[in-house]
Amino acid sequence: MLQDKDRIFTNLYGIHDPLLAGARSRGDWDNTAAILARGRDGIIDEMKKSGLRGRGGAGFPTGLKWSFMPKQSTLPGYLVVNADESEPGTCKDREILRHDPHKLVEGCLIAGFAMGACAAYIYVRGEFYNEGRMLQAAVDEAYAAGLIGKNACGSGYDYDVFVHRGAGAYICGEETALIESLEGKKGMPRMKPPFPAGVGLYGCPSTVNNVESIAVAPTILRRGADWFLSIGRPNNAGPKLFCISGHVNKPCNVEEELGIPMRELIERHAGGVRGGWDNLLAVIPGGASVPMIPKSICDDIPMDFDSLRGVRSGLGTAAVIVMDKSTDLIKAIARLSKFYMHESCGQCTPCREGTGWMWRTMNRMVEGKADIGEIDTLEQVTKQVEGHTICALGDAAAWPIQGLIRHFRPVMEERIAAYKARISSPSRMAAE
Amino acid sequence: MADVVSFAFAFDAESEAELTMLVARYPAGKQASAVIPGLYVVQHQMKRQTGSAWVPVKGMDALAARLDMAPIRVYEVATFYYMFNMAPIGKYHLQLCTTTPCWLRGSDDVVAACREATGIKGWKETSSDGLFTMTEVECVGGCVNAPIIQVDDDYYEDMDREKTLALIAALRKGKPPPRGSMIGRQNSAPVGGPTTLHFAPEA
Repeated sequence: MLQDKDRIFTNLYGIHDPLLAGARSRGDWDNTAAILARGRDGIIDEMKKSGLRGRGGAGFPTGLKWSFMPKQSTLPGYLVVNADESEPGTCKDREILRHDPHKLVEGCLIAGFAMGACAAYIYVRGEFYNEGRMLQAAVDEAYAAGLIGKNACGSGYDYDVFVHRGAGAYICGEETALIESLEGKKGMPRMKPPFPAGVGLYGCPSTVNNVESIAVAPTILRRGADWFLSIGRPNNAGPKLFCISGHVNKPCNVEEELGIPMRELIERHAGGVRGGWDNLLAVIPGGASVPMIPKSICDDIPMDFDSLRGVRSGLGTAAVIVMDKSTDLIKAIARLSKFYMHESCGQCTPCREGTGWMWRTMNRMVEGKADIGEIDTLEQVTKQVEGHTICALGDAAAWPIQGLIRHFRPVMEERIAAYKARISSPSRMAAE
Repeated sequence: MADVVSFAFAFDAESEAELTMLVARYPAGKQASAVIPGLYVVQHQMKRQTGSAWVPVKGMDALAARLDMAPIRVYEVATFYYMFNMAPIGKYHLQLCTTTPCWLRGSDDVVAACREATGIKGWKETSSDGLFTMTEVECVGGCVNAPIIQVDDDYYEDMDREKTLALIAALRKGKPPPRGSMIGRQNSAPVGGPTTLHFAPEA
C-alpha cells in the first residue's frame, strides 16, 4: 500500500488551502528555477527514466512524448493540457483543478520549458465552471508572484499559461479534436500524421498531455526518477489517482500505487462492494471505454496498464466502475452505447452510423427482443466500427459491447429466451 | 416564446470588457479561438438581461462581427457543443446526469423526483411557471459523488429522491443551497473520512 509520504496529491480532498500559500506549504513552487536550470534535456531524460506513462488513458510514456517536440523551430511551440475530463467514471482531474491547481500550473511551466513551448493552454471541460475558476485564480496568483509570465521564477524564460473553457463535448478529449476546438472550430479529430508535435495548435509544434501527467511532473523531478520507479510495478511505475464509483459502500477518489490488487483497492478505500465481495458481478476497470471484467478476473487482478491489458481490458483512466449482482449489465452497457452515440462527432461514417445502430440494437437486447443470432451480428458490427475511424471514439463505443458479449453472452441469451417465452405464452395470448 | 432569430442583441459594457480580456489570451490573428468563451459571454448577458441563459441568433452575429468570423462559423460551433441553449430556458437549468455511473447509484429516482417536483414531462422542457428546464446530460465527471444534478454552473452531489425534492423546493424559494455533496462528506473522500492523508493538518 502506498504510504502518505509518497502521495503526490496531498490536498486531494480539499481539506487544506488550494491556493498559493497552501500550495507552497505542500512543497509546490519550491525552487522551481533549480529544476529549470537542469535544462531541456536534463528534465526530459529524468522524466523518461521515471517511466511515467500518460495518465489520460492511453499510457504513452510522457517523457518520450515531450522529446518529440522539435529542438529547432522558427514557430512557437505550445503545451496543451487536456482537462476535458469526460470519460464516464472518471473524476480525478477535477480534484487537481479545484484542490491542487498549483501542481498543474507549475507542471505547465516545467513541461513547457522542457519542450521549448512559449505557452500552455489548459482546456477545461465547460461543466467544470467552478473548477476552472479555481484554476484561473491559481494562474493569476502565479503571474502576480512572478512564477509564470516574463522571466518565470527568475529563470530568464518567458512563459504564459492560459485557461480555456470548453462547452460540453466528450470528443474534445481526443487530442486533435481538442486542438480544433481550441482554434474555435467544431471538435472534429484530425487525421494523423501529421502529429501535433509537428503540426498542432495554430499549425505549430504542440504536445497534448493529461492534467494528471503534467501535475505529477514537478514532484517526480524533485524526488527523482528512482523514487517514482520504486513505487508500483515494472513498466507501471508510480502512484496514480483512482476513482471508485458504482456499487461500493463508500465511493471515493484515492491515490494508490499502480499494481494494487483491485480487491484491495475497493475494500481498503471504498468500503468494499455493496453486500460483500461475493456480491460482485463485474467491474469496468478503466473508464467506460474499456471492456468489463467478471468477478472471477477481479478476484486477483492488479490495477496497472499491463495486467489489465493481459485480460483484454485496460487501465484507461483508472476509473473503476463497480457493479454488483443486482445490476442489469445489458442495460448498463446500453446506456454507454447511448453515450457514444450522443458524443460521436459524426465525421466518420462507421462511427456516426455504427454508434446509433449499436445503441438501438443494445436497447432491443435489454428487452430481449432479438434473435439469438443477432448477438453475433452485433459483435461483428462492433468490429466493423473498431479501427475504421479517424479517432478512438469508434473503438471506445465497440469495446464495452465486446466485453459484455465476451463475458456475459449467456445473460443476453437468457434475456432473449425469456422474451420469446413471454410473447408466446398462452396466458398472454388469452389476455390479449 | 421569443423569436430566436429576430431577438435583438448588442454587447453591453460588461460583456465588451470580458471579450477584450478573452481575445487577449490568443495570439494575434487567432481571435477565433475565443468563440466558445465568447458564446458564454452572450449566454451570460442574456441571463443578466432577461433571466434566461440562451444564445439568440443576433448574439451569434454580434460575436462573429467582434471576432471577424463568418456568422456560419459561429452558428456551427454553437450548435456542435451541448452547453449553449439555442432557445430560452427556465430560470434554473436542471442538468441531470444519467450515464452509467450515475444510473448505478440511482439517477432514475432523481429524474423521477425532478419530474414530480417541477411537473416537467420531457427532456429540454420548461416548467409552466418558467422556473425550471430539465436536460438529460452525459457524464458530468463527478462519478464518485453520483448521482449528480448540475444546476446552472453548480454540482449537487450524492443526490437521492428526498434530497432532490428538497433542492427543488429551495430553488423555488430562490435560495439555492451551497453546492457540493448533499450528504456532507468532504468532497470525494469516502463517507466517514479519508482512508489516507492522515498527517497533521497544516499550520
